[in-house]
Amino acid sequence: MSNIKNLQERIAHIEKGGHEKYHEKNAEKGKLFVRERLRLLFDDDMNIEDAFFANCMDDSLPSDGVVTGIGTINGQSVCVMANDSTVKAGSWGKRTVEKIIRIQETALKLEVPMLYLVDSAGARITDQVEMFPGRRGAGRIFHNQIKMSGRVPQVCLLFGPSAAGGAYIPAFCDIVVMVDGNASMYLGSPRMAEKVIGEKVSLEEMGGATMHCSVSGCGDVLVQSEQEAIEYARRYLGYFPPNFRHKPDRAPVEDPKTFEKTIAQLIPENQNAPFNMYDLIERLIDANSFCEIKKKFAPELITGLARINGQSVGIIANQPRMKGGVLFPDSADKSAKFIQLCDAFNIPLLFLVDIPGFMIGTKVERAGIIRHGAKMLATMSEATVPKISVIVRKAYGAGLYAMAGPAFEPDACIALPTAQIAVMGPEAAVNAVYANKIAELSEEERPAFIKEKQEEYKENIDIYRLASEMVIDAVVDPDQLRDELINRFAVYDSKNVAFTERKHGVYPV
Amino acid sequence: MDIKATMAGSVWKIVVEEGQSVQENDDVVILESMKMEIPIAAESAGTIKAIKVAEGDFVNEGDVIAVIE
Repeated sequence: MSNIKNLQERIAHIEKGGHEKYHEKNAEKGKLFVRERLRLLFDDDMNIEDAFFANCMDDSLPSDGVVTGIGTINGQSVCVMANDSTVKAGSWGKRTVEKIIRIQETALKLEVPMLYLVDSAGARITDQVEMFPGRRGAGRIFHNQIKMSGRVPQVCLLFGPSAAGGAYIPAFCDIVVMVDGNASMYLGSPRMAEKVIGEKVSLEEMGGATMHCSVSGCGDVLVQSEQEAIEYARRYLGYFPPNFRHKPDRAPVEDPKTFEKTIAQLIPENQNAPFNMYDLIERLIDANSFCEIKKKFAPELITGLARINGQSVGIIANQPRMKGGVLFPDSADKSAKFIQLCDAFNIPLLFLVDIPGFMIGTKVERAGIIRHGAKMLATMSEATVPKISVIVRKAYGAGLYAMAGPAFEPDACIALPTAQIAVMGPEAAVNAVYANKIAELSEEERPAFIKEKQEEYKENIDIYRLASEMVIDAVVDPDQLRDELINRFAVYDSKNVAFTERKHGVYPV
Repeated sequence: MDIKATMAGSVWKIVVEEGQSVQENDDVVILESMKMEIPIAAESAGTIKAIKVAEGDFVNEGDVIAVIE
């Protein structure tokens, strides 16, 4: 029974959260109090809070360890659940779970984004019968997330641990921002790993933010502080509509940053020489509008939101600086989720293509590169938002297909004069076609023969020949590319098509 | 600190010498793989302590190419 009788006293007690010593412990780690996090997150403070008094008959469990409510970000209503790690380490009791389920249902009813500010040790074992197995148990949180996916944006800010079952909250979000040093995700703790499978490993190594944002791909954005995480979330949501029924708002138009080198000067003639794709992206988008997702994971493919003439656009670009821009299982995966994210919320897609193909060899075949590649193709193919593919340089083999090649109904496939579209590059093709002939020739004769055949091959796949065959829709001056994209995205804005009629496809996951 | 191959391929060009100091993101070795030049850069500034490969060598993903101090 609670000893506090007066309403104001009760409010004051609950607002303070858990015991002072837990506040101090959190502060040492750079962690903010849950109500401070919410103050920073919203334009103003939280607008509506429900179940503030949850479990108030027990003075030691203010709000039952989670704050749920509604506030505004960039003027748009959003629903939030935020663990309070000063209350029993943010663990989930029966009412904690019910509160989370209710705010999710509210987000779905109001069709507004749902944010999860996670900092929780997981289930409260003492409450397990009430909070774990039933219809309104923790499983329902995930069921709701899956139902909400693609209807409203779901964002996870990971400030602390997200353990065992709780690790599925980030897993079902569109995006996971992790604070370096504090955030972690794991099914079994290092202590459990040692007991059950005999592995000795640190938390950081097994489930830390750096690992998840660069190796597992479970994290999308690595930040150094909670303030930075909150800032990222506010910025990210600016590219999105509140739900799938709407288009993103336009932002004020900004010119791109200015650079000494033009696009034409930037792109090396030698198809095999690397260049930095970020340099091209910056010349196409409004200044300072790039909001990158999964920067540290599979960097051979760049994915991010940007604005082109104020319009929200999702960019998928090969990065020749990293692993030659070759697609790997991880980069295919990365692309698949990003395309689904943009397509779900009516954000047009821009593919910047400079790809030698999918990686070959034993290692990637064993990792299932074929099915991961198929997943990328499937999501790209299904995306019905306006899509434009720009063939910057080479587009070889299945790489052309994966990057929204002509067969996949892009609204336009545009080439720069440096484009080269083929089943494979000239070197590989001449080796494949003339292997026997080359073997017969003397060593002195070989280089001239190979060079001649490569030149023939290049003529055969000349970009103007492909333009003449209407494989591509236009050849564009690189320094006019931004204007071309602005114009085309504006015209394609009225596109309204459904992919096909069915319950759902069978995904090659 | 080890500088490792980011993917399988052959060593096309070694662009630094032992004892040379490098800045972060400076290329150390250029691999050739999938007919592409794959620059392998230093992850931090330092001095090249050892080069573990020769031009023409095949390296697998994760193999140590050079050591930086």
